[in-house]
Amino acid sequence: MSIKVYVPRDSSALSLGAHDVAAAISAEAQARQQDIQLIRNGSRGMFWLEPMVEVETAQGRVAYGPVTPDDVASLFEADFLHGGKHPLSLGLTAEIAWLKKQERLTFARVGITDPVSLDDYIAHDGYRGLHNALKLSAAEIVKQVTDSGLRGRGGAAFPTGIKWNTVLNAPAEQKYIVCNADEGDSGTYSDRMIMEGDPYVLIEGMTIAGLAVGATQGYIYLRSEYPDALHILNEAIDHAYHAGYLGENILGSGHRFDLEVRRAAGAYVCGEETSLLESLEGKRGLVRFKPPLPAIEGLFGKPTVVNNVISLATVPIILDKGGEFYRDFGMGRSRGTLPIQLAGNLKQCGLVEKAFGITLRELLEDFGGGSASGKPIRAVQVGGPLGAYLPESQFDTPMDYEKFSEIWAVLGHGGVVAFDTSVDMAKMARYAFEFCAIESCGKCTPCRIGSTRGMEVMDKVMSGQNKDENIALVRDLSDTMLNGSLCALGGMTPFPVLSAINHFPEDFGLDKAQVAK
Amino acid sequence: MLDDQQVRIDGHINALRTLPGALLPILHAIQDDLGYVPESSYPTIAHALNLSIAEVHGVVTFYHHFRTQPVGKHILHICRAESCKAMGADALEAYAKKTLGIDYHQTTADGAITLEPIYCLGNCACSPSIAVDERVLGRVDEKRLNQIIAKAREAA
Repeated sequence: MSIKVYVPRDSSALSLGAHDVAAAISAEAQARQQDIQLIRNGSRGMFWLEPMVEVETAQGRVAYGPVTPDDVASLFEADFLHGGKHPLSLGLTAEIAWLKKQERLTFARVGITDPVSLDDYIAHDGYRGLHNALKLSAAEIVKQVTDSGLRGRGGAAFPTGIKWNTVLNAPAEQKYIVCNADEGDSGTYSDRMIMEGDPYVLIEGMTIAGLAVGATQGYIYLRSEYPDALHILNEAIDHAYHAGYLGENILGSGHRFDLEVRRAAGAYVCGEETSLLESLEGKRGLVRFKPPLPAIEGLFGKPTVVNNVISLATVPIILDKGGEFYRDFGMGRSRGTLPIQLAGNLKQCGLVEKAFGITLRELLEDFGGGSASGKPIRAVQVGGPLGAYLPESQFDTPMDYEKFSEIWAVLGHGGVVAFDTSVDMAKMARYAFEFCAIESCGKCTPCRIGSTRGMEVMDKVMSGQNKDENIALVRDLSDTMLNGSLCALGGMTPFPVLSAINHFPEDFGLDKAQVAK
Repeated sequence: MLDDQQVRIDGHINALRTLPGALLPILHAIQDDLGYVPESSYPTIAHALNLSIAEVHGVVTFYHHFRTQPVGKHILHICRAESCKAMGADALEAYAKKTLGIDYHQTTADGAITLEPIYCLGNCACSPSIAVDERVLGRVDEKRLNQIIAKAREAA
């Protein structure tokens, strides 16, 4: 029997040379006449160990990493195909502390299965949620999701069940499920990992959403920066159609659900749900006024569920194990788990799915292993480019929507970007305005004009001109953007700006004692 | 040559025009095929989708991904977002500009490489990241960037 060898096809693993490693293993196996079955899995999310190669043994899967093509011959010499010892040995994958400490619900299969194999998906509890959903009424499915306490993982944290219920009760001939896969936040990659590592869980989640609200058409709006995810999703969707999991008669139930991937075109603002809908309709991605809510008048004017990838990919396990099972994880009003993405200047970057409540310090130190550079971690931006910068004194804040909002910060999509002491926070504040200026859709004035004016005033601050007056101006401008912008782009750009000023005044040439805010 | 281009453009339009919200899929198909969206395609697209030429122009120019001019043989994207900045992207960006002798949105004199900024490649666990065409590369330092540029020039 051939031995199963796993080399990830996740694009981060590929960015470190996983294709070359896979090719070297194939060639070496052939040269040595070893019978192997090479499986291209998703990533386990331990990127400092990628490309991480796994071999299936009688004791379980054994890992080696980070592997380069030059290591391959010596791996064969060490009989890695039977779990042999090698300097790159990591032992049994399941026993690696980093993985063992996690609660992987949404990411249960990522890195374990062959992403495009439907058989593998089903063998690992896939489509159990859909089978259960098919036995329930639409309202009963919505109730499971409501009971689970699931909130939108894209960043806004709106209760998913309530959104679904609105669409369920909106009468219409046609309704839509739209998956927001325009993951533009720096420091985030969990959507990409799901789509590349376990695409069927997203397909299943969207199918269940369709049943729950009476929608027959789904779209995945995928950012153009993710070409690998596009190919994997399209292949998985094809397989799902062939096996009757998508199409006009899902598993013979009489229910219809069609699914299509649409490519975005590099506009950050299209991650905002109404701008996304405009883009899907073939227009400029200008933000819409709300109301009407997309749940009432969404895509092509029809009731539409717009959910993030992670929200939808979490639905199958809720329908499989029940809303109460999921709700029992977490703290306060933040129920379940959050796939947290460690990024930036950390020794160990990667995906950590944990129940809400873990502190930032535990993530940075226990999982992240401290900074990559060895210098102290000075600032951490949580929740993407519109999230606040947190100083060391706030590292004990637990990952919880409400606890973060109490300190004027956001969890967003769960991205954690660490900076060491070499960071210049005035530069980062200027960059926040610059990014907003580049990505503003231009519909509302505070965002369109405010971002450029902010950049100009920051230039004055940084060159030391009338510092106090100009900082006062930045604060005033931030207030206007915060309260006067149409969407989160202009409305939240002040978060990184003001947090940088308030927590790191010395970088702006200000006296720490002066800034008492 | 130009006639051939028009035939290909017409082919993409006819294949996709009946899709709901067909404009972005059509623009993608044209750019994937030709490397850019020529402004000469606007009238045909507008006619097929019952839009004004101004509307087509508006959409093309709204999105960073679409280009209306041919570019170099390879596009080198440098990520400018926070995670990459935390790992030295500013210095890498300056080095790339100096080495290539061009600024963003420009193409080297030999036509081999166009330099573009990008805001997150989703490779934040392996910062700093760049992409050559569609291939993302992680933990890029100056030495690796030189190798990548040399390789891109070779293949140009």
